[in-house]
Amino acid sequence: MDTKDLLVWSIPFFPMLGAILLGVFGKYLKNYAGYIGSISIVISFLFSVALFITVASTHGFTAILYPWIYASTFKTNISTYIDRLSVIMLVMVTGVSALVHIYSIGYMKGDKGFARYFSYMNLFVFSMIMLVLANNFLLLYVFWEAVGFCSYILIGFWYEKKSASDAAKKAFIVNRVGDFGFGLGVMLIFVSTGTLNYTSVFGMMPSLPGYLVTIIALLLFAGAVGKSAQFPLHIWLPDAMEGPTPVSSLIHAATMVTAGVYLVARCHVIFSYSPFASHVVAYIGGFTAFLAAFIALTQYDIKRIIAYSTISQLGYMFMAVGIGSYAAGIFHLISHAVFKGLLFLTAGSVMHAMSGELDLRKMGKLYSKMKITAVTFIVGALALSGIPPFSGFFSKDAILADTFNKGYYILWIMGEVTAFMTAFYIFRIIFRVFFGESHVDPSVHVHESSKVMTIPMIILASLAAVVGFIGIPPFDHSLFYLFLHRDFQNSFVFSPFVNYYPWFLLSSISVLAGALGIYTAYLFYIKQAFDTEKIKRIFKPVYELSFNKVYIDEIYDQLIVTPLKNFSVYLWRVVDTFVIDGAVNGLAQGFASFSGRVRRVQNGMVMSYALTLMIGVIALLAYYFIK
Amino acid sequence: MGLFLKYILSILIFFPLVSGIFLFFINKENERLLRNLATFLSLVEFIISIFLFVYFKSSAYEFQFVEKFRWIKTFGATYYLGIDGVSLFLILLTTLLSFISLLSSYKYVKVHVKEFVILMLALETFMIGTFAALDILLFYLFWEFMLIPMYFIIGIWGSARKIYSAVKFILYTLAGSLIMLFGLIVIFILHYDQTGSFTFNILKLYHTHIPLGLQIILFIAIFIGFAVKVPVFPFHTWLADAHTEAPTAGSVILAGVLLKFGIYGFFRFAIPLMPEATLILTPFILVLAVIGIIYGALVSMVQKDLKRLVAFSSISHMGFIMLGLFAMTAISVDGSILQLINHGISTGALFLFVGMLYERRHTRLISDFGGIAKKVPILAALFMITVLSSIGLPGLNGFVGEFLILVGSFKQYTVFTVIATSGVIFAAVYLLWMFQRVMFQNITNSKNEQFKDMDLREIVTIIPLIFLMLYIGLYPTPFLSRIDPTVTHFVNMINHHKYAYNLIKAKIGLFNA
Repeated sequence: MDTKDLLVWSIPFFPMLGAILLGVFGKYLKNYAGYIGSISIVISFLFSVALFITVASTHGFTAILYPWIYASTFKTNISTYIDRLSVIMLVMVTGVSALVHIYSIGYMKGDKGFARYFSYMNLFVFSMIMLVLANNFLLLYVFWEAVGFCSYILIGFWYEKKSASDAAKKAFIVNRVGDFGFGLGVMLIFVSTGTLNYTSVFGMMPSLPGYLVTIIALLLFAGAVGKSAQFPLHIWLPDAMEGPTPVSSLIHAATMVTAGVYLVARCHVIFSYSPFASHVVAYIGGFTAFLAAFIALTQYDIKRIIAYSTISQLGYMFMAVGIGSYAAGIFHLISHAVFKGLLFLTAGSVMHAMSGELDLRKMGKLYSKMKITAVTFIVGALALSGIPPFSGFFSKDAILADTFNKGYYILWIMGEVTAFMTAFYIFRIIFRVFFGESHVDPSVHVHESSKVMTIPMIILASLAAVVGFIGIPPFDHSLFYLFLHRDFQNSFVFSPFVNYYPWFLLSSISVLAGALGIYTAYLFYIKQAFDTEKIKRIFKPVYELSFNKVYIDEIYDQLIVTPLKNFSVYLWRVVDTFVIDGAVNGLAQGFASFSGRVRRVQNGMVMSYALTLMIGVIALLAYYFIK
Repeated sequence: MGLFLKYILSILIFFPLVSGIFLFFINKENERLLRNLATFLSLVEFIISIFLFVYFKSSAYEFQFVEKFRWIKTFGATYYLGIDGVSLFLILLTTLLSFISLLSSYKYVKVHVKEFVILMLALETFMIGTFAALDILLFYLFWEFMLIPMYFIIGIWGSARKIYSAVKFILYTLAGSLIMLFGLIVIFILHYDQTGSFTFNILKLYHTHIPLGLQIILFIAIFIGFAVKVPVFPFHTWLADAHTEAPTAGSVILAGVLLKFGIYGFFRFAIPLMPEATLILTPFILVLAVIGIIYGALVSMVQKDLKRLVAFSSISHMGFIMLGLFAMTAISVDGSILQLINHGISTGALFLFVGMLYERRHTRLISDFGGIAKKVPILAALFMITVLSSIGLPGLNGFVGEFLILVGSFKQYTVFTVIATSGVIFAAVYLLWMFQRVMFQNITNSKNEQFKDMDLREIVTIIPLIFLMLYIGLYPTPFLSRIDPTVTHFVNMINHHKYAYNLIKAKIGLFNA
């Protein structure tokens, strides 16, 4: 193990150490738990930056820790693959994690499970780091499930609440549905290539038959749909908001949910050799972006709105990686991690001030009472709405410009409409929470959060304001693109550019869409230019559809959950007890009446059964011997 | 040391029985001494068995620690012992779980303590003997004797419907054994007809030529015998009853070791003795295996009793093991054998937890619990790890075995594998739902307010199993490297027949044409 390997392994090591220390000794650490949990992540972040610099100045490499599963011809190691994509992800993951951990010291203060919380969070960061570092599909799968498990225990962190433990279970099971496909994909990769190592698998893709590549890609994508909450498996993410808000910020906005996008980017060779699968990715993404934004329009719970927003933004990323614009997808992933992480932290700050209240209808006029929160929230919202010069403008436009110039006009239109709705719903929150009339319960003492919470918010807000400039248009000449595109060079070009419209033309359309969304929200909630109740009545079916989340949960319940439960009860009560056991008991009774005459021989003692049996055996054998 | 290692199998087999006889002379009033001594002796037994692990040559497939003595010369029966990579781990599992079961019973078993510990030790002797015997007469003796202590353990220390369950257990398995015995005797006679000499040596009997028609009939007979043990759907209905009524120790041994005898029987007897019949009937067996996976999971989902839930989950898990074994690739069989060990560890631990909950509340109904995680953080945490291991969460033992089974079966039996993989979703559903209802939410039943966390003895009972879950999950090499040579040899042996079988089929095809 040389110094570079040591550097790599120390990145996951500290969060793991933190998780174990806090898990075992948490009880005795009291308030220090927060510091220990945060410091371990900060160290990990510093090492990630060091690794980033190493890789940026030289080249990627592989580090093997130990041979893991060796069974016959099946061989996998615990080993990592370091390239530019993984170091960018690492810096983002550890950086946002560090800020969220520090924020949590304030947010979780006084909670009975303080140490437990930091232990789980460290475990999550460890798993996420390993997910990014893995160099083979099995290890990826392992940590893919591990982050899902951490998400499960963190959503259900306040497990006394039924809603929280239900949400946790739902998240785990819905993810399992996706992972069912993912697992099959991994198996199919092994049986068709004989290995699970990234480099070897990717190398064999051009020589595999097309249909096989497509099936592999779609199975892997099933996992991504689950983890990144895309339609039709998006239903777990809004419910996941039952967890503590920093968890939503880190896991359900910045890191874990983006793992699906990372997966497609990481497997770009597989996806690019199957244009069909890529297009499935792109259109699922586009549709999800639209659907989630549509649902977000009418919700009242701040966190849920932001959760739908996350689903929608992840849709943009899938749109990008689905049309072969991998660097643009990852760029939006990074910029989204910053501004969405920020939006959740600020929402948490509002929630903190409002004693846990999240309902839009019970807020208003908070601006003067919590200026830092309000300003940072607005920065995040502007970034989300794609208003220059905030980061979302650069990253979203990189994607939308590519959809248009590569000829995916339907996706482009969907993207633009979504951009309009996005700006509307996020500014609906701003106008109803920070401005307008106050509907706050007078007994609530609204206050700005402590410094340990506001400083991470300010850092993220500053980043959201400047980070976009690494992708200054035209995107394919920007710093970010030039740094990253090398990793994607060995993919098959299935979607060449068909138009060459300049970026500013396309950007001005989407900025206009965003601005229009903000203005509409302004008319609705500040000017009150429309009678909202009347609009609700006129568009009742549409409003109801949006408000009831397109009834998807209800459809699943009617179509899958209830029938399956009834069927299982039928299996148990009828098949098991009545049919099989009935047959056996019937048979036994038949024998019993038949053996009535020899009953005297049997005295009911099992010992004598066994002895009789033995005598029988020996007698039989003796008979043959004599014969 | 040399002599010790030479006779280590006999020592392992008879040490518990001798210990039991020794305990026989202790006054039955002295319960404390009896418990402590029995537990201590079973620990010694476990430590002896570790020597097997250490001195086992991992690169070889031949039988090791072989002991062979003339026994009943007139019909060629020998006292013939030996282990390969498969029986090695099954013996280790037996010694570990026997120790754990005795340790777990300090509170659960309150009456007839002396009889209980002696029966448990006797049971251990018979179980190890069954795994180590290479002579089928010797095997059969141990096999049948094993049922007797188990019958009493369920019948005496069980709960409400213990007699019904004990009788159901014994009749089911006896019926299976008798059919199996019939099959084995036929093979014994065939071998005599072909070679003119009597032998019960299983390795020699492997070479018996059995006409295909007869082979299929015999295979079905022997299959039923072992299938009842596994249990394979639809021969499983005794299992839930036996488990529900058995005391914790009985359930642990039943799930942890006794169920393994079915798979072991296929591996050691049914498949190698009748390879052509195996190959012909494989599709039917796989159908049963896959039904078992889904059926067990679905029925498990709607159970109201904790023990029944775990019992039905066993049916699902054993379905995976059957799939891997009969898919007959080196990878899938490796996975099956590893999963056999994993199932013993995880399900054994699940039953221990159910037992702990029962000892505290005297109920096993899921709805009687709820919200206790807060009262019992240690129990909740360790129970959670066990549940996750049973679900097959990566990083824990269950995943390695399950994944190898599935990836090994995938190529040839894609449809079966895909259906089986969906069982992984259901496992998450029924186990997490159970865990949620038992551990999470608010306490609704005031009786749960006084819940006590695990004491030191209970922690010591569970820790070895938790350790193994993590160890096998993170570093299965010491296990797989010992299993793999045996399995590779086994698979090659059967696939050699497949080759011959295909040749015959081709020839028949030619004749037909």
